[in-house]
Amino acid sequence: MNYDVIVVGGGHAGCEACLATSKIGHKTLLITGNIKNIADMPCNPSIGGSAKGIVVREIDALGGMMGKCADEGQIQIKMLNSAKGPAVQALRAQADKVTYPQKMYEKLKNSPNLDIKESLVEDLIVENNEIKGVILEDGTKVSSKAVILTTGTYLKADILVGSTRTRQGPHGERPSMHLSDNLEKLGFKIVRLKTGTPPRVEKNSINYEKTKLELGDDVFHTFSFDDKPNYKIEDQIPCHLVYTNENTHKIIRDNLSKASMYGGLDDIKGVGPRYCPSIEDKIVRFADKERHQLFLEPESKISNDETYGNTIYIQGFSTSMPHDIQEKMVHSLVGLENAKILKYAYAIEYDAIYPTQLKQSLETKLISGLFTAGQINGTSGYEEAACQGLIAGINASLKLKGKDPLILGRDEAYIGVLIDDLVTKGVRDPYRLLTSRAEYRLLLRHDNADLRLRKYGYEVGLINEEQYKKLNTKIDNMVKLKEYLKNNKLTPTVKTNEFLKSIGSTILKDGITLYDLLRRPEVTMDILEQVIEIPFDNEVKEQVEISIKYEGYIVKARKEADKMKDLDNKSIPEDIDYNKIHNLASEAKQKLNEVRPTSLGQALRISGVNPTDISLIMIYLKKEYHYDHK
Amino acid sequence: MNDTIAAISTALGVGAISIIRVSGPDSIKIVNNIFKGENLNKAPTHTIHYGHIIEKTNVIDEVLVSIFKSPKTFTTEDIVEINAHGSIATTNKILELLLENGCRLAEPGEFTKRAYMNGRIDLLEAEGVMDLINAKSEKARKLAINQMDGKLSLLIRNLRQDILETLANIEVNIDYPEYEDILELTINDLKPKIDNIEKKIEELLSNSENGKIIKEGIKVAILGKPNVGKSSLLNSILNEDKAIVTDIKGTTRDYVEGSIYLNGIPLNFIDTAGIRKTEDIVEKIGVDKSIKLIEEADLILFLLNNNEKVSKEEKELIEKIKNKKHIIIVNKIDLDKNIDIDNELNPIYISTLNKKGIEEILNRIKELFNLGKLETEDLTYISNARSISILKEALKRIEDVRNGIKNNMPIDMVEIDIKEIWNLLGTIIGETYEDELINQLFSQFCLGK
Repeated sequence: MNYDVIVVGGGHAGCEACLATSKIGHKTLLITGNIKNIADMPCNPSIGGSAKGIVVREIDALGGMMGKCADEGQIQIKMLNSAKGPAVQALRAQADKVTYPQKMYEKLKNSPNLDIKESLVEDLIVENNEIKGVILEDGTKVSSKAVILTTGTYLKADILVGSTRTRQGPHGERPSMHLSDNLEKLGFKIVRLKTGTPPRVEKNSINYEKTKLELGDDVFHTFSFDDKPNYKIEDQIPCHLVYTNENTHKIIRDNLSKASMYGGLDDIKGVGPRYCPSIEDKIVRFADKERHQLFLEPESKISNDETYGNTIYIQGFSTSMPHDIQEKMVHSLVGLENAKILKYAYAIEYDAIYPTQLKQSLETKLISGLFTAGQINGTSGYEEAACQGLIAGINASLKLKGKDPLILGRDEAYIGVLIDDLVTKGVRDPYRLLTSRAEYRLLLRHDNADLRLRKYGYEVGLINEEQYKKLNTKIDNMVKLKEYLKNNKLTPTVKTNEFLKSIGSTILKDGITLYDLLRRPEVTMDILEQVIEIPFDNEVKEQVEISIKYEGYIVKARKEADKMKDLDNKSIPEDIDYNKIHNLASEAKQKLNEVRPTSLGQALRISGVNPTDISLIMIYLKKEYHYDHK
Repeated sequence: MNDTIAAISTALGVGAISIIRVSGPDSIKIVNNIFKGENLNKAPTHTIHYGHIIEKTNVIDEVLVSIFKSPKTFTTEDIVEINAHGSIATTNKILELLLENGCRLAEPGEFTKRAYMNGRIDLLEAEGVMDLINAKSEKARKLAINQMDGKLSLLIRNLRQDILETLANIEVNIDYPEYEDILELTINDLKPKIDNIEKKIEELLSNSENGKIIKEGIKVAILGKPNVGKSSLLNSILNEDKAIVTDIKGTTRDYVEGSIYLNGIPLNFIDTAGIRKTEDIVEKIGVDKSIKLIEEADLILFLLNNNEKVSKEEKELIEKIKNKKHIIIVNKIDLDKNIDIDNELNPIYISTLNKKGIEEILNRIKELFNLGKLETEDLTYISNARSISILKEALKRIEDVRNGIKNNMPIDMVEIDIKEIWNLLGTIIGETYEDELINQLFSQFCLGK
């Protein structure tokens, strides 16, 4: 068997990776432990969220499929932060755990150059630090020019519940036992991480009258730039809100030592995610909080599905307590006194590759042609995984074509922020994207992901002519609308001034362009349309309005971003010897040797490297390499 | 590796001792080459050795040599300090010998620069050391020591921590919008926080003016019509027995006509185009140029004649100095009073002829500059131009924040400027990590799904 690209693992990273390479035209093989679990959502039943929702838009802009499947599989959708500025708004959908994977699997099946095989990969074939293929558990060798590892939490996975440790992956699947050892033998530094998931209870065993209703938005949303909304607003399924109480906290405190993480098991090495603590952690660390919110989220509306049809996910209640304590904990919740647990909570410990061993392209530094994406790189979350899979797929393809990799800047995409953080800073705990991680979030908006990224998708062959034409028409119309606003004036008629007065704006003495009028804080495009026709579609109007209203802030952000870009454009030669640089602090030296940054900008983002070190490197580069980094 | 540098660390002149400092990888070896006594190459760190500096067989001086080995030294490199006898000739000779044996003459401040480059001290501390070296008075020395200790760094760190908590609250509202147990920080909550940040930055800045005064002294200009008694006043002040007259000239960029220490702070009387020459400065150089002088000075002593009515030019100048620290002085009270001056100007009446009222002037200066307080207070002031300009930039950003609030900008937009203030303050102490914010987020709030 001979392929261009082999993708190992059929989760969110693997699906995007193999769809990308096969769509571009490379003969691709997806190897997965269980075809039934392709694009499975083993944790929360939602896609998107703050920052993450923007990533889904970015994936769609680049030609990935997560957004389209989420649109088809959503059972409720919301715009978060809608009362805040455009920079921080993001979509979140409750996604159907049955429909979403189905839609993704259909796309895989329909992809022309893609084969799917059920097996576990136990070793890699490497010659002269170049990838040549993989070896399956039965000893079969499959050769390829590139391999993308997207193994999720399956490397030496252990499920932890109370004082028991069981070697298995989510859903009781077999974990991959030898791949991480073999990666270590190849020279990779492997780290152990941990994450957890809450219990699921039976849908009909909850007394919903004692809970608070959480509805979806009553306006249409889609993640995808291509598809129109195809759902009925009233068909959205609600979530419900409940709270922990003093009794819950007492049960947890009294049984704390039984939780795997608090003494139930004494051999835990994995570091859990800070952003997603277990309920034990919350109660220990924030002892003064009287209650914690828990969201009851339906996992699917396909009620006859064996696994997910009847389950409610208790978001916020992740735990590693033994089953009997979990029963008590769940029953202490108001509304869940008689709830039936269908699936117990567990923590999972797994191996990951320390991500500073990767290039910005997600190719490993050690082995040419080997890429890794998703949880194996120390991240957490479906969206974080999917976007890495997409970038790894794109870059594997570009490598096979002998082209430069696609590396997105921190000012271009959250995806760029994520990958740069991973390969520059490494991870301490599973990495989650947050709005706070982006320095220039005003440039990385939900609404402009297509303007930022579609061109790249088009260049690599994931965005077709028609989609690209649509983008260019939008850009043309934005220019036209700006001109229209600058060329059309409101004159100080009695009617106009009465209108302005009615919206609390200053009345006119002379004519004013619509453009200038829009700059007034109290005047919006909607308001303007009450007095004058603006013959452009809503997306175009939104873009132009944002660019006028927030012009000052956008200009500032652009200026700051350009400063950073300037440093990012100052490259560092690959063969630089940091030991030869006088006065470089030893901590900086060690970090620089580990990360091997490709630019001064990246070097400065390494924690422990300060501006003085950068000046010293600059001086050294000028002296030794005659680089003139002014 | 770095080369080895040497310099005379004490002021050149005839003192009891002088110190020559050597830093770098070869410092012990080089000093050992010109030292007669025990073998310094084998000496343990942080020890003192008696011996002689020799040139070939000639003894140059009897010395004590201190050995400090890397890394626990000021520059983190090997350091040797030679305590020699203070004559200019021998000290220079020892330095020459060191240079002949492979040392390079250190540039001004190079030891401190190395300490900073090697990560031994932060930027503020480095500036503190430089100020310590340049300290002109006991107070300036104390101020420099405080800065070196990181007291000032601590003040800025505390202010940054306050801002960080606000930032973390805004960010957590963005990243966890549905967490109702986390307080939603609103624009209205923000206003008092912004006022507080502004107040603290302004405090640092107004203290920074004190810092400047301690370091550089107070520049005093005496203005007035010809023959009103400017030079007599200057002489009276310089001759006042409580004032200690110094002979520092050219310590500032201006020509200093004379200096005294008042409560330990130098008062430098700048030459207002020749006060002593009893020329009519106002008429000769004109009001415009007087204004330039007024701008340069920290304090204006404006002299009027008790015997004459206040002229139009004088009135104009009184108007101009209104917003500066100033003292209106009416001289010649030994003559008939013809002056028609508004008592709200709080003039001091003196007679340079009878030496009356001079002490009152000095007391008024102490009051105006709070010199009594300066003397007793903890000296934690920002005193260098770079930090002051960053603080001023931060104040501008406060204005941007206010404008954003006024224009109904959403809080996440307003936050952009607050974050910039936090970054700016970070550059004063040389640190700005985005990671800090993430860490704050997770330690301040209970998050998770």
